[in-house]
Amino acid sequence: MREKILTIIEKNSRIDLGELAIILGVDEVEIINELATMEVEGIICGYHTLIDWEKTSIEKTTALIEVRVTPQRGHGFDSIAERIYQYPEVRAVYLISGGYDLLIIMEGKTLKEIATFVSDKLSTQESILSTATHFILKKYKEHGTILDKKSIDERIQITP
Amino acid sequence: MRNPLSKQVVNIKPSGIRKFFDIVSEMKDAISLGVGEPDFDTPWHIRDEGMYSLEKGRTFYTSNAGLKELKIEISKYLNRRYQLTYDDQSEVIVTVGGSEAIDIGLRAMIDLGDEVLIPQPSYVSYEPCTILAGGKPVIIELKNENQFRLTAEELKAAITEKTKILILPYPNNPTGAIMEESDLEEIVKIIIENDIYVLSDEIYSELSYAKEHVSIASFPGMKERTIVINGFSKSYAMTGWRLGYACGPQNIIEQMIKIHQFAIMCAPTTSQYAAVEALKNGDEDVAMMKEAYNQRRRYLIHAFKKMELDCFEPFGAFYMFPNIQEFGITSDEFATRFLLEEKVAVVPGTAFGDCGEGFLRISYAYSLDQLKVAIGRLEKFIYRLREEKTEQKKMRTDKEKG
Repeated sequence: MREKILTIIEKNSRIDLGELAIILGVDEVEIINELATMEVEGIICGYHTLIDWEKTSIEKTTALIEVRVTPQRGHGFDSIAERIYQYPEVRAVYLISGGYDLLIIMEGKTLKEIATFVSDKLSTQESILSTATHFILKKYKEHGTILDKKSIDERIQITP
Repeated sequence: MRNPLSKQVVNIKPSGIRKFFDIVSEMKDAISLGVGEPDFDTPWHIRDEGMYSLEKGRTFYTSNAGLKELKIEISKYLNRRYQLTYDDQSEVIVTVGGSEAIDIGLRAMIDLGDEVLIPQPSYVSYEPCTILAGGKPVIIELKNENQFRLTAEELKAAITEKTKILILPYPNNPTGAIMEESDLEEIVKIIIENDIYVLSDEIYSELSYAKEHVSIASFPGMKERTIVINGFSKSYAMTGWRLGYACGPQNIIEQMIKIHQFAIMCAPTTSQYAAVEALKNGDEDVAMMKEAYNQRRRYLIHAFKKMELDCFEPFGAFYMFPNIQEFGITSDEFATRFLLEEKVAVVPGTAFGDCGEGFLRISYAYSLDQLKVAIGRLEKFIYRLREEKTEQKKMRTDKEKG
């Protein structure tokens, strides 16, 4: 049941709970309890909205920053990750296998803002060996949703 | 000049949905619950495999019965899902949709005057295909109170000395009815006793919501007298690829291949390559789509209950078959008025046989959001019909009182 609830609300967190209960064939109370439990357990971390900022007049620039670091004794990568994720402009931090260690997704108003962040805040940290910054030019798909897809029903309207 | 047309063909009734199609296609803002195919796109990995086969230049005929690799996968699939065992070399034929399999299956078995039992309401092609093959359709009228399942009594009553084939269309379009194992058990005895063959159209087999679908061919003594028809249209959302298959006893399949070879040559090659991928790696897609249909099904059952629209709970396919007899108008009138007044297209039950009178087919191969809009309009419409009826009644009693 949890998996089914999560699959649905991952795409539609605003779904009416009564309706969710109907389509899953369970009691509304059960849904409410499951959601509350999963919130407490930290499985559900929030109910966010997927926004295509490109379509607004608000300026936003996103960059992916690859970071190579020296892991610290006793803390591994965690303490350096923590130093980075504290910055509010950092949207995501992942520990990565392969050619580099941390992947940071960062959002700023302008290219310059991000460049300044990388040169002033990131590169200056002792345990950071190197960074490589990639600016995102266009978002095609985010959170499993194709952003520019127009869905037109091309089926013949009546078929046997 | 002589009349160019065959009397037999001219006498076949055109499909009952034509009229609604014409009205709907003229209406710009109409919404439809009349579609008999999935709303999902074919899963990408399957489409990709089709394109890859084109890139590789696999654009030739396959052997008549179909690509060897595909026949092997079909045989494995039927074994994995329905415990059926078919030899991929001699007991499988790949066809242009399930529809072709129905046609050539009947043509391979029918001699002039043979009677074919067709339970209705059911898919539109069984009756004309029987007639075109020279057979005599014998309609079994299924009942709402039996949830449109075929009962042993109904079957027995329809059998004569000339009965050769029973068409078994479950999970059913348009009713959404299924036949559970125990229901099949009841009719299997009669089928064997009367030495009848079965054409089991199981195209919706993956969409069975209460229990897993059971194929009649899996009963002892049935495999040798059953043609199992299935395909990729409904389970993998591949309607436009036109790909189905039939499995059965070698002697029947051989004759089907003969007709197929002269009429069709072979099923589309691109589709066959895509279908191999579907069967190999498509189980999760099928499960995902089934879950989505089931959620919509529950939504509609609940919505119908709320508006007190009589409808048995269907456990198969993606159709609801509500009973509209309370309104005192025909299915055709209901569907026409609903379309003109609320701009929602549904298919009258009569399109699937005369005994569909008093019922509608409502498809839930639509997103929940689309369904909500349409159901909102349905609710408005039936409340209006009920009001009209009460008013008429009131006027009549007033008149009587004088």
